[in-house]
Amino acid sequence: MRTLTKRRTWAYFIPYGLWLALFVIAPVALIIYQSFFDLGHHVTLSNYQTYFQSATYLKMTANSVWYAFLITLFTGLISYPTAYFIHQLKHRQFWLLLVILPTWINILLKAYAFIGIFSQAGLANQFLTFIGIGPQQILFTNASFIFVATYIQIPFMILPIYNALDDLNPAFINASRDLGASSWQTFRHVIFPLTLPGVKAGIQAVFIPSLSLFMLTRLIGGNKVITLGTAIEEHFLTTMNWGMGSTIGVVLIVAMIVVMLLTGDQKVKGGTPR
Amino acid sequence: MTEPIITLRHVTKRYDSHTILKNINLTLESGKFYTLLGPSGCGKTTILRAIAGFMQVSEGDVLFAGQRINEVPANKRNVNTVFQDYALFPHMTVAENVAFGLTLKKVAKPEIVERVAKALKLVQLADYGDRAISELSGGQRQRIAIARAIVMEPKVLLLDEPLSALDAKLRRQMQYELRDLQQRLGITFLFVTHDQEEALAMSDEIFVMNQGEVLQSGSPVDIYDEPINHFVADFIGESNILPAKMIADFQVAFGGHQFECADAGIPDNEPVEVVIRPEDLTLTTPEQAKLTVTIDTQLFRGDYYEIAATDTLGNDWLIHSVNPAEDGEAVGLTFRPQDLHVMRFGEKEAEFDARLETYEELEDENVD
Repeated sequence: MRTLTKRRTWAYFIPYGLWLALFVIAPVALIIYQSFFDLGHHVTLSNYQTYFQSATYLKMTANSVWYAFLITLFTGLISYPTAYFIHQLKHRQFWLLLVILPTWINILLKAYAFIGIFSQAGLANQFLTFIGIGPQQILFTNASFIFVATYIQIPFMILPIYNALDDLNPAFINASRDLGASSWQTFRHVIFPLTLPGVKAGIQAVFIPSLSLFMLTRLIGGNKVITLGTAIEEHFLTTMNWGMGSTIGVVLIVAMIVVMLLTGDQKVKGGTPR
Repeated sequence: MTEPIITLRHVTKRYDSHTILKNINLTLESGKFYTLLGPSGCGKTTILRAIAGFMQVSEGDVLFAGQRINEVPANKRNVNTVFQDYALFPHMTVAENVAFGLTLKKVAKPEIVERVAKALKLVQLADYGDRAISELSGGQRQRIAIARAIVMEPKVLLLDEPLSALDAKLRRQMQYELRDLQQRLGITFLFVTHDQEEALAMSDEIFVMNQGEVLQSGSPVDIYDEPINHFVADFIGESNILPAKMIADFQVAFGGHQFECADAGIPDNEPVEVVIRPEDLTLTTPEQAKLTVTIDTQLFRGDYYEIAATDTLGNDWLIHSVNPAEDGEAVGLTFRPQDLHVMRFGEKEAEFDARLETYEELEDENVD
């Protein structure tokens, strides 16, 4: 009887186990494996050597991190107040649905839509002309790249923050007010610190994908900024240097692990057991 | 009489079409222990929230030391609350929690340290300042919540069912401690509970509530001995409640017999209810009995036997007796006239008090 139930429980693991093995473990293993081969199929560490000695790659890495940081920062600055505001509304589920809705549309479609909006004769420039500023170069600038990337990432930041706000026991807010805190003090000392896990989850959901964005850099950013994502694409599709592409991939994976560790749950303050 | 610290005047609260509080009038004097007692959903917590400032009343005035405070936000009121689930901030240590309000007030650091230490000592957790909230037991959290509130030196401390999450033994211990704390600090406590035992044990005055109304207020002894109606009699303590008829002043009939009682001022032949507390009934021989009942079952409760019995008319009786009885045995019951309490249907507290006054004067005259 016991072995039967045990076997059954194992059976439930099969779909997830297959998925894990085929789509997570195998690709990562392949990337790591590939990164040790040069163009002549010799086992070597030269890819890593090249990466860490080349100013181009290091600059690319710095660029990727910097832009991912900017995208995450702007996304956060917009998402926290938005999540907070939506949480106070009466029909919050409806407003939340409106936030989620754009994520159902393919990212490429959204990118092309922005090409239309930002182009010389696009909506944005029509507006600028209307208010007397005149048409500007909007498309293919770094600013438009950050703008569109932020737009795309916002829902992924709003959701975890909204959930954290929703999980917050309103008694904490009452307790804070009761002890003499103003609305702002309550927010600063109670609400924000207690919803920080939501913000961290949001950072994970936004920063890591932003590191490897590649379509937007070309379509909206005009390839002015080459990020690591673009570099990987180039190596796999254009230069056919899979070894180098994999090496950059490994660097990205390491970067993701670092971000996870930095935003992971730290030990509770004052939690020294005696 | 001292100046009332909190007064509610004609306070009504509505949510959409629901009326949560119906014309509540109550006065709290400085330095006393008050309890709002009632079943869940009776509006007792709503009163607390109105005084704390978490909620606006629909009608009426909330006064603090004679000043109307309806529009004063919670953070500007000189009252503090101990919450039902304690609401201790999990991202702060015990000491940081207790210091929270003082820090906001920009009290000097050394004074904060001193006052926090004093408050922690008062709740007997002096060495717990550095602990995380997650490391505390339920009873310890309870004490920290109290320390966090009293460190603010409020004029009134509001306690929202603070003992409900504790086990029975700890709850009894906390009753002593709360009462002791209130007397030492000399501030007004307003305690909300659905537990009549807690209310009777700790309070100077109890407000019994049901369905958004205060049914009766008074000292624990008054409310226990002279409940105003069926609900109060049933809610507070255990009781035998029987339909009866008033024959004349100090004479009431029930169970087919006429008995002497201690109530008057009720029209003759009016249908009423009588209450007899189980501990006021004494088992006796059928010859000396006022009533004869047959024992159904009995439970040993440690310090007494709880006996269920039925009389000849089919009424159920609950008796607390130091001595056991025999199941199926026919026994006699006796009681004193003052153990009978007569309740009129639909009588309001003001009428009840007025009626009590008329014949209590009469009794006093008789004594002279």
